[in-house]
Amino acid sequence: MAMKTRSAFTDLIAFFGALAVALAPYRRWLILGLVLLIVLPMPFVVKNFFVFQLTLAMVYAIAILGLNLLTGFNGQFSLGHSAFYAIGAYTAAILMDQYDVAYYWTLPIAGIICFVAGFLFGLPALRLEGIYLALATFALAVAMPQILKLSPFEHWTGGVQGIVILKPNAPFGLPLNPDQWLYYFTFAVMLALFLCAYNLVSSRTGRAIKAIRDNSIAAKAMGVNLSLYKSLTFGVSALYTGVAGALGGIVVQFVAPDSFTFALSVALFVGLVVGGVGSIAGALFGAWFVLFVPNIAEHISKGLAGAVYGIMLILLIYLMPSGLAGLVRLVVMRFARASR
Amino acid sequence: MELFLHQVLAGIATGGIYACMALAIVMIYQAIDHLNFAQGEMAMFSTFIAWQLIQWEVPYWAAFFITLAVSFAGGYLIERIIMKPIHNAPILSHVALFIALFAVINSLAGFIWEYQIKSFPSPFGTHSVLGEGLISAHDAGMTGVTVTLLVFLFLFFRYTRIGLAMRAAAANPESARLVGIRVEWMLALGWGMAASIGAVAGMLIAPVVFLEPNMMASILLYGFAGAVVGGLTSPGGAVIGGVLVGIIENLAGTFIPYVGSELKLSIALALIVFVLTVKPSGLFGRSVVHRV
Repeated sequence: MAMKTRSAFTDLIAFFGALAVALAPYRRWLILGLVLLIVLPMPFVVKNFFVFQLTLAMVYAIAILGLNLLTGFNGQFSLGHSAFYAIGAYTAAILMDQYDVAYYWTLPIAGIICFVAGFLFGLPALRLEGIYLALATFALAVAMPQILKLSPFEHWTGGVQGIVILKPNAPFGLPLNPDQWLYYFTFAVMLALFLCAYNLVSSRTGRAIKAIRDNSIAAKAMGVNLSLYKSLTFGVSALYTGVAGALGGIVVQFVAPDSFTFALSVALFVGLVVGGVGSIAGALFGAWFVLFVPNIAEHISKGLAGAVYGIMLILLIYLMPSGLAGLVRLVVMRFARASR
Repeated sequence: MELFLHQVLAGIATGGIYACMALAIVMIYQAIDHLNFAQGEMAMFSTFIAWQLIQWEVPYWAAFFITLAVSFAGGYLIERIIMKPIHNAPILSHVALFIALFAVINSLAGFIWEYQIKSFPSPFGTHSVLGEGLISAHDAGMTGVTVTLLVFLFLFFRYTRIGLAMRAAAANPESARLVGIRVEWMLALGWGMAASIGAVAGMLIAPVVFLEPNMMASILLYGFAGAVVGGLTSPGGAVIGGVLVGIIENLAGTFIPYVGSELKLSIALALIVFVLTVKPSGLFGRSVVHRV
């Protein structure tokens, strides 16, 4: 009896393995189709608040992807990405509030400003590695809310109060409410940025970036310009996070210094690890984790919310030490082996 | 000039706190080769245990040593139960685990002892010994304990078999195992010792900043900064780094007009980043040479 169930089980695995191998050439399109099938009807199925949360999750996913480009693909550690997120959010808010710029134009501007900021910060960071780089970026994260509160900038930043902005309406008379429209808008931006990231890391430049992570001395010997690539990666990473910040500001309709503390950096970092370091799709899962799990933890126990969250995080790391992406890779490999 | 001197003295007094924390950080770095982000919370929890013992009318010094023992056991158990299963996971997973530990310990302390601040007794008294309210007996006592601890640690890591074994286990686990060191035991021992030193730091700091679950947040920050400025490989450097951070923080708050008081933390951190870009391994740290 035991033998029989076991062989049925292996048959099943072999079947799925064969299926996976047969579909492998079309894998990318299948996944994209499946994602679209789930994502597109969502705003009409669930409540508005949940649509808002899903939008925010996509915003976080972009930010986590930005961090992933730096940490996962280039091997530079950063605890300062909340600062770039803040710069992006404030750029969007100030442009919309003071200069009446349309919301969609704020994204590229925020991206460019953050790219420059990231590139410039990446230059001194070239001398630092590992834990020392972590401290330097950490200093950036801690300083940013205080800089935003400074009285000389209050005219633009609104000081401690922050800036309130209005949610954009759907264009072309589409029958969508602002939450639904922003959901689709964010999804489109996210899709474009994910595709760009995918192409970047599989290009010649991407190989140079990864070579630096794997062995910087060998990369240098092969003719990779370490300083240029490292600071460029810092810039691109900040660009992604800055666009996420701008989107986040628009979605939440409010920016204030205390939304962009070190805790945000920690959240992005946790999302990175949970989703999978060096995985592009993992960023989305990581974003869901950091957005929804604290709520779930609060639901389970008000007083011990932090403890429940921590224990869930610990269990998740036990289950998949290299993130969800690592687990998926492992499972796919098992199936492929069984079908052989 | 007098103002300057006063601020330097006050800086040394607060710097003593940071030095204490920085020492605990460097200690665990030597023993496990990681920076433990949950270190401050572990120290806070230990301090709460001591406070609870004192509430149960245990004499101060008895409570002190019981807390050290309990913390040692706690640190040991954390390593055995929580850290060991993912020993081979990537380093970023370890950092995420430290963050999880941070959340768990902080939330547990708040749940058990609640969030209102509590005062914690000082074994040295609080009268001034130098200047008008600048350096109190407690500050002096704290500095004394930190320096004593430093000397002991120095001797321990340099001259005892077990201290050398611990350093070897942290620096190069494979080779250490080959020469017969039980690497896993050394790691657990390191966690235990780090927890105890953290407990000492917590109990010395608590009379100054008062006891509550979030008391360590900013101190851990400055402690990290001090440890990194001094060099993570050097306990003495960590103490000097901690004191330096205290002095810089105080001077920046007083003498840089306009932004000084608002940005004193940022200025201290900016200076640290500057020090690091000039001397990447810290003021007293050894620079690590990699074999190609």
